Amino acid sequence: MNITVDEMEKMTGAMSSAELASERHSRTTVGDFTAADPRMTCRNVDVWYGSKQAINGVSLDIGKNEVVSMIGPSGCGKSTFLRCLNRMNDTIDGCRVTGSIQLDGQEIYDKSLDPVPLRAQVGMVFQKPNPFPKSIYENVAYGPRIHGLTNSKAELDELVESSLEKAGLWKEVKDRLDQPGTGLSGGQQQRLCIARTIAVSPEVILMDEPCSALDPIATAIIEELIDELRANYSIAIVTHSMQQAARVSQRTAYFHLGDLIEVGETNQIFTNPQHRLTEDYITGRFG
Amino acid sequence: MSKPTLNAPQAPVRRTIDIVNASLKRRHAQERRFRRIGAIAVALGLAFVVLLFADIVGKGYTAFQQTYLQLPIELSAEKIDPAGTREPETLSTADYMAPIRAALRQQFPEVTERRELRQLYSMVSVGAPQFLREQVMENPDLIGTTQEVWVLADDDIDMLVKGQIDRHAPEESRRVNDRMLGWVEHLEEQGRIEKRFNTIFFTQGTSREPELAGIAGALMGSFYTLLLTLILSFPIGVGAALYLEEFAPKNRWTDLIEVNVNNLAAVPSIVFGLLGLAVFIGFFGAPRSTPLVAALVMTLMTLPTIIIASRVALKSVPPSIREAALGVGASPLQTQFHHVLPLALPGMLTGAIIGMARALGETAPLLMIGMIAFIVDIPSGFTDAATVLPVQIFLWADSPERGFVERTSAAIIVLLAFLFLMNLVAVLLRRRFERRW
Amino acid sequence: MYAWTLIVVLLMVMALAYHLGRKRAIASAGGVTQINTLHSLPSYYGLYAAIWAGLPALLLMGLWFGFQDQIVTSLVTANLPAEMLDGQSSGRVGLILNDIKNLATGNIVSATVTPEVQAAADQYARLARIANWAMWLAVLAVAVGGMAYAWLRTEPQMRARNRVESIFKFIMITFSSIAILTTLGIVLSVVFESFRFFQMISPLEFFLGTNWSPQIALRADQVGASGAFGAIPLFTGTLMVSLIAMLVAVPIGLMSAIYLAEYAPRNVRSIAKPVIEVLAGIPTVVYGFFAALTVAPLIRDLGALAGLNVASESALAAGLVMGIMIIPFVSSLSDDVINAVPQSMRDGSYALGATQSETIRRVIIPAALPGIVGGILLAVSRAIGETMIVVMAAGLSANLTANPLDSVTTVTVQIVTLLTGDQEFDSAKTLAAFALGLTLFLVTLVLNVIALSIVRKYREQYE
Repeated sequence: MNITVDEMEKMTGAMSSAELASERHSRTTVGDFTAADPRMTCRNVDVWYGSKQAINGVSLDIGKNEVVSMIGPSGCGKSTFLRCLNRMNDTIDGCRVTGSIQLDGQEIYDKSLDPVPLRAQVGMVFQKPNPFPKSIYENVAYGPRIHGLTNSKAELDELVESSLEKAGLWKEVKDRLDQPGTGLSGGQQQRLCIARTIAVSPEVILMDEPCSALDPIATAIIEELIDELRANYSIAIVTHSMQQAARVSQRTAYFHLGDLIEVGETNQIFTNPQHRLTEDYITGRFG
Repeated sequence: MSKPTLNAPQAPVRRTIDIVNASLKRRHAQERRFRRIGAIAVALGLAFVVLLFADIVGKGYTAFQQTYLQLPIELSAEKIDPAGTREPETLSTADYMAPIRAALRQQFPEVTERRELRQLYSMVSVGAPQFLREQVMENPDLIGTTQEVWVLADDDIDMLVKGQIDRHAPEESRRVNDRMLGWVEHLEEQGRIEKRFNTIFFTQGTSREPELAGIAGALMGSFYTLLLTLILSFPIGVGAALYLEEFAPKNRWTDLIEVNVNNLAAVPSIVFGLLGLAVFIGFFGAPRSTPLVAALVMTLMTLPTIIIASRVALKSVPPSIREAALGVGASPLQTQFHHVLPLALPGMLTGAIIGMARALGETAPLLMIGMIAFIVDIPSGFTDAATVLPVQIFLWADSPERGFVERTSAAIIVLLAFLFLMNLVAVLLRRRFERRW
Repeated sequence: MYAWTLIVVLLMVMALAYHLGRKRAIASAGGVTQINTLHSLPSYYGLYAAIWAGLPALLLMGLWFGFQDQIVTSLVTANLPAEMLDGQSSGRVGLILNDIKNLATGNIVSATVTPEVQAAADQYARLARIANWAMWLAVLAVAVGGMAYAWLRTEPQMRARNRVESIFKFIMITFSSIAILTTLGIVLSVVFESFRFFQMISPLEFFLGTNWSPQIALRADQVGASGAFGAIPLFTGTLMVSLIAMLVAVPIGLMSAIYLAEYAPRNVRSIAKPVIEVLAGIPTVVYGFFAALTVAPLIRDLGALAGLNVASESALAAGLVMGIMIIPFVSSLSDDVINAVPQSMRDGSYALGATQSETIRRVIIPAALPGIVGGILLAVSRAIGETMIVVMAAGLSANLTANPLDSVTTVTVQIVTLLTGDQEFDSAKTLAAFALGLTLFLVTLVLNVIALSIVRKYREQYE
């Protein structure tokens, strides 16, 4: 990692202020990035897109039954980092990940590790709701079907119902399960995608700005849902909204130009940030 | 187990990951199978291309050479020009077959019987005297001398020399009998048989005799047809595209035109042939079998292609160009002709070339308008009876002679070469002028 | 070649008109220094004059070409001795007229030349010559007249640019209407002739009859004198060949599109895709040759090895080669629709732990299905309308069979067979071709309309 500040500037093409540049070079993360009961542990993760480095030595844990939120200005690498956690970056040409990411002690970037069961354990909800062009029922049943999780139609029905129930969608759709998932409203579609993820019983759920395409009411419902889901799952959520991070998460990580600047209890980050950049961002000086 | 698996976590979801891990082997096998099927499909597609080209080239490349027999021919003055006037009239009407036959007899003096003689004579092409005549008329000094002349061989001999008739096959199953085979081998030993570049193929019209058949007539027919098609369809296509894309109000009529253009692009070509037969020939009395009618039909066929391509080209010119021109006070038409059209022209030309390439290969509608007549003369205008290259291929493919198989394939090679060239020009044009806005 | 000379002369007149119109405009404004008093640029006045000189004359010329032959022919026919025409079918009259025309233009004549025919031919030649001269005169007169009109109209106030532009616009509208005229021409020509056919043969017999032998005997006592026009064997033959073609093209085309879009490394894709698309650019006559001379004998020999009796012009050979022709059609359309499925669908599926093939089979294909179906329908319409391959590799005998190793015939083959060679325009045999053409046109039209609307709807869904 012998990259000069200038090169880094050129590559990321943002933040030309000399003051910021000198500060962002202090790569050590402020705060404690470990969790008490870690489910996923990441150490010194670098991500490269071709010759461009998008993530720079990030270490972060995701603990059991907690919601970790990742905030930061656009292009800071928080989504990229999130996509590393279930190897969704595999589908992008020229993407390279180094460092260590472990799920329950198992290295997930091990050459011979199969991403299929990994993704069954680490589910993901995307920025834009992306229900399959199938019926609501089939959307939820998709995961259980491909993994062969149920043995009978009745079992599958039950699993679909309980997943929709957990996603808070059951009451709204129980009479029209055979209608296309794309016909739902945006918020409902996003909850359908959450139900779809829950249906394969993952241990970790990754959420990439799940509310950015939704209106405030739908956002409020999803946020409530995230809080409920915490009881059974570990959740990592990327968000643009600091209020959302403050509302749903226990811990918050602040990313800046590929670096993890600061991690800490959400309360502490928002009330008493230790790092200048964090403070600037939270007080709305940029971003 | 060497392969790392994800540790099954403690309750409550222990079951899921176990199930997933248990089914992985089957699922990955399925994945490999699916992938292999895809690869096989691609390989099949590629194999068909290779097979097709290998088959055509393998059958056709020999046609670019033609067998000639070298014979010492005595051009006696008494026979050819008894009066000694050297007038072109006399020279052109003289019998040139007789000296060739005499030369053959001289080579094989043992042949005397009528039937055998007929077989001996059949070794040279019926067109051979014509070429001898041309040589003599070009150089009348040859008269009175004996010349070693390369004489065009008959197609059966040609096939034999090229190895397309198996010499070791039993006599009754080959077109050249043992006696003729012996003569050929005798001539070969003397070095009197040679394969030379087949100029006839490129300079002559069609013929019933394979060794005399050429594609020049068909090529000229195709040339006239395409030229007229281009003259008609390009301005019409561009004008129509310009109107539909830039000026047309959104109403029923323009909707109707749109639907029509799209559907015409998918109408079977033979239906255009019916149209040409009923309207251009039946109603307007246009002359059959001519490039004129062919071009009219081809114009209607290629118009949708050109219109669609031209509209895409117009669409790719950004609106800012139009706004800039209109902003300095140009009229809408000036905007189009001075600014938009020049930028869209390469795209339109590309479309036109692709349309022409398709027209060059089109056969079915031309059968309807009488382009299958047997025409030996090379056409010299739009209203001369003519045939075109693909129709020539169709006609030759129907001929039973072995010699026509290789000539058909060779004609296909020429056709494909032209198509390749046209597409190459289109690709280069697109690459040269491609602009990203 | 007189016509081309006339066109060149006309172009020269137009150039002259342009020059004069421009000069006249400048002069009327009071010299080069005063041209800003003109409404439009001087070149527009020139264009205006050129259009007036050229356009009416060209139109007249076009009309003249369109109708000269008909008028001259009817004049000649009127002068023919009545006994030559009495009791003759209109087809015979057509042949006589053909002879007359051939004689007049110095072509080969089929029948012996009687004095009457010779006289008529002379008259035809004379009239054609007169008509030709008259056309020259009329066209040039109109051209000069138009030029004079423009000359008189030229004055500084005249809105030359607007006039020129509206003429151009009118020309463009005319050009774009040609698409409609073409469709109209197709419909009218096939409908009109089919109507005459259905007056001779009942539509019921045509569409439901199972016996097709259109050869009408020359003598009344020959077998099958009346000819039979039951088109069912043609329809089943067409369907069988198309079905075989689709069985080859759809799996190979679809799977190779999937492989190239989802699996193949970039360099493989960049080579394999254009190479497979080469198949789409090969003329159909080449496929016909390939089918007739390579594939058909191969299948026959293979069949003989297996102890099967394969016709030398089997439906299988034609269908196989037609399938090869259609592969790139299916694969490029499938490639389009597969690429139109948004990446987010793939991401959603992968994130649930689906393998690539599960994603393709359970998410992408169902999502792309309408587009794929539309593409396949277009391909079917292609197969049904394809002519050269079946003309060269399928047979002529109208067998009603379900055995792909037998020889079958198709609608397009019969159209070609019925209409090639010398023909009498009015016999049921010739007209039957138009009835077949009408059927073919309607079927492909319906397929195309459905397919295009499905594809359009599909595109809108993801736009």
